Amino acid sequence: MTTRYFGQPVKRNEDPRLLTGRALFVDDVDLPGMLHVAFLRSDLAHARIRSIDVSRARQRPGVVAVYTAEDLGDFWRHGPLLVPPPPVEGIVFHQRTQVTLAKDKVRHAGEAVALVVAESRYLAEDALEDIFVDYEPLPAVVHLEEAAQDRVLVHEELGTNVSAHVVQRKGDYESARAQADVVIRRRFVYDRGTAAAMENRGIVAHWDPKAETLTVWDTTQAPIPIRNGLAAMLGLSEHQVRVIAPFIGGGFGPKIMMFYPEEMLLPWVSMQLGRPVKWIEDREENFYATTQERGQIHDAEIALTRDGRVLGVRDVFLHDQGAYAPYGLTVPINSQCTLLGPYDVPAYYSEFTALFTNKPIVTPYRGAGRQHGVFVMERLLDIAARELGMDPAEIRRRNFIPPEKFPYNNEIIYQDFAPLVYDSGNYEPALQRALELIDYRRFVEEEQPRLRAQGRRVGIGVVCYIEGTGIGPYEGARVTVESTGKVSVATGIGTQGQGHFTSFAQVVAEQLGVDVADVHVVTGDTDMFHWGTGTFASRGAVVAGNAIHAAAVRVRQKILRMASEKLEAAEEDLELVDGVVRVKGVPERSIPLGQLAVEANPLRGAVKPGTEPGLEASDFFGPERGATASGVHAMIVEVDPETFLLTIRKYVVVHDCGTVINPLILDGQIQGGVAQGIGNAFYEQLHFDENGTLLNASFMDYLIPTATDVPPIVGDHVVTPSPLNPLGIKGAGEAGAIPVGALFAQALENAFSDLGLEIREIPLSPNRLYELVREAQEASGHGASDGPGPGTGSP
Amino acid sequence: MAQRTTVTVTVNGQEYTREVEPRLLLSDFLRHELGLTGTHVGCEHGVCGACTVLLDGQAVRSCLMFAVQAQGHRITTVEGLAPGPDPEQLHPLQRAFWEAHGLQCGFCTPGILMSMVPFLEENPDPSEEAIREALSGNLCRCTGYQKIVEAVKLAATMGTRER
Ligand code: FES
Ligand code: FES
Repeated sequence: MTTRYFGQPVKRNEDPRLLTGRALFVDDVDLPGMLHVAFLRSDLAHARIRSIDVSRARQRPGVVAVYTAEDLGDFWRHGPLLVPPPPVEGIVFHQRTQVTLAKDKVRHAGEAVALVVAESRYLAEDALEDIFVDYEPLPAVVHLEEAAQDRVLVHEELGTNVSAHVVQRKGDYESARAQADVVIRRRFVYDRGTAAAMENRGIVAHWDPKAETLTVWDTTQAPIPIRNGLAAMLGLSEHQVRVIAPFIGGGFGPKIMMFYPEEMLLPWVSMQLGRPVKWIEDREENFYATTQERGQIHDAEIALTRDGRVLGVRDVFLHDQGAYAPYGLTVPINSQCTLLGPYDVPAYYSEFTALFTNKPIVTPYRGAGRQHGVFVMERLLDIAARELGMDPAEIRRRNFIPPEKFPYNNEIIYQDFAPLVYDSGNYEPALQRALELIDYRRFVEEEQPRLRAQGRRVGIGVVCYIEGTGIGPYEGARVTVESTGKVSVATGIGTQGQGHFTSFAQVVAEQLGVDVADVHVVTGDTDMFHWGTGTFASRGAVVAGNAIHAAAVRVRQKILRMASEKLEAAEEDLELVDGVVRVKGVPERSIPLGQLAVEANPLRGAVKPGTEPGLEASDFFGPERGATASGVHAMIVEVDPETFLLTIRKYVVVHDCGTVINPLILDGQIQGGVAQGIGNAFYEQLHFDENGTLLNASFMDYLIPTATDVPPIVGDHVVTPSPLNPLGIKGAGEAGAIPVGALFAQALENAFSDLGLEIREIPLSPNRLYELVREAQEASGHGASDGPGPGTGSP
Repeated sequence: MAQRTTVTVTVNGQEYTREVEPRLLLSDFLRHELGLTGTHVGCEHGVCGACTVLLDGQAVRSCLMFAVQAQGHRITTVEGLAPGPDPEQLHPLQRAFWEAHGLQCGFCTPGILMSMVPFLEENPDPSEEAIREALSGNLCRCTGYQKIVEAVKLAATMGTRER
């Protein structure tokens, strides 16, 4: 190939539309006769509904309809279980999924109890005030350990708050422990945050009674499953339903929770009323009604030899599902499965209990449980290093899976229901590179002692992680050369800012020798392509990317076959360059692809038997298992000893996600992920009171990082191609966010190492850090006024 | 039904007169009455900056104003920066964002552009620190800000070239 598009930092095709305000987002859809929906949501986290009186709301001028659970008739239902429990022996699993509207009882604050349809959103919200709900408040199950006691039940009929119980094992932990020189045991807590995509959720549903078609614009990451599910729920054929996920203002996981109650109700309401209806979530609703994540308590133990070799890990944890668990066990399974990270650990015992609580629903949010596992393992290693007098980087290096051990079987069942087998990896060079970039030795040996002597609180951290990415089942795509010579690509996944319009175009441009700007990618419209699952688990580039590659390869073969006849040259002697196919070395003997496309689709004469018309092909890709990406983050941080505010002096990411399609887009994914990780580690925490009320449900009180909180990130890549797909790529969407909590803990601890500060929880905050430092000071006998002591030498 | 008031505003050089409820937010007016949906709404309480527009050349949050308060004023929205998505016609700041990959999902982008236009007019050669400070009123959940900062820097150099 003469021009390489693959691997280049190509500017994005979608940007001019986004930059000029001409890109369509769901809230931009405006249809004639459209009505607006507002939801009445419970203020209480747990209460019995004695009665609901909507009569006044119904009479308000401008109100078209009001529905409670009662009014839904047969359509009242539980949402489907999205991910069934994995095939682990002895598993306990109690299925409870969200309902369209709460009936009899509300189980979390923000659960919808009624909806109003009116001529405008303002009127619909006015009418919410007219509805009277008579609640009998119940004590709320808020904390995980409280939930485990089963004194108050979220779902009474279960007789327990246990949603699931899973035990997985690798090797024999007890005998590993018996041989250990050192055993360390700690409790770790990882609390809740929210994805807070800048665009809230929204749905527009339009039932056209004459055409008998339903069109739904939805801020979903998975339009095809939404279409299929809606068709089934509404008794329609799949071809009567079109779901469009247009431009989406950030997804990060919660936009793939299927089905949100609103997603089921809006289409139904449109069919009832025969008019288009729109609901756009507001930010306050987003804090309750959009799913959240994190919320685990781990009791973990690590057994090591004196020279720092890990013999085994035991971890028993509680996982917060929230009030319902539509996503099954994906999050805790990911925690369980990712915990061992890049380390060669022979024995592992992991047991979790997932619990229902009276809090908003938990489903995957960028990282999807991996953070927690990584946090536990990295913390255990840090504490072990301290106890053994080892350098934290060294203890990691000593335990890495060596390159010759790949594929490496981790033996623990992963979210795709197969044991997680690491396809490829080479961890030591990434660690080495990160240490160089952060200038580890010099910092530890020279700079830190000097700064400490000046009374400054500076700390360094370095952490490692792996991420299972790009899981199946499959994605598909259709690639078409049009008569203009431009190429169109249709695939089923939704896209939320990852640059798929460009990276997919690059994959096609590489095969067909056309300009990236001439490849038009359509994603997320089920009328354009209706096979596939969605964008989650860092799988867009891996799975859809490879499907597009496969389809493009087939189109290329068609082009070569046809052109070889027309140009009377062997296929091997042809090349595709600049939108033409030509004979190598004889550029005048060429045909533009557009012309070939016209000739491949003749109006007269016959298409040759055994060939298909047009320069078009569809293909699919289903990886046999996920590709395992990995990386190392390192940071130098300074804490203001008065305010406990942080300044991140340097942040380094060295990442391995196999072959890179577009380095510009990849850097953006990593940087954005780190920013979310920083928020999660130090700024963002959802505070629920003992009644299950969320105390900080606004951007005024829930602080997401701004441009002054996020440092520039120094990045580098190591490339270990995945052997599992032709392009050699691994997913990258979540990597930036995964290890940041662990990194903060280590670096902050290091800044206060003279006090023996130990951090066992995330998220932190300036206040919380202050409290922890105070406790450490008291325990170590340092007065609060004591300046920083000398460095311990071990970071 | 609620009373209505007449409001006349000039948006992107064009004058509009509409009958609106006094409680209608300027953001909703622009988006739903005028169909200028480039202005986005991320929080409705003045924190995220996605709804930023220029009111007589000053950046304001359109979710914190009522449409009637804009009576007689001149407003510029993101649609006013360029006549359309034709790459040739982009505003230098838009070109810089394209070049530097200063956007991912693009939801925050119109508000960021509208905040940075007056900022760069007043600070043609800003330091990184000043850019970050100026950006701190706009939330972006996708980019981690680094490439936004780079885009603003780039725009500053492009701006001087053009002058
Ligand atoms: S929508 Fe106006 S500041 Fe967020
Ligand atoms: S690009 Fe998505 S919020 Fe900024």
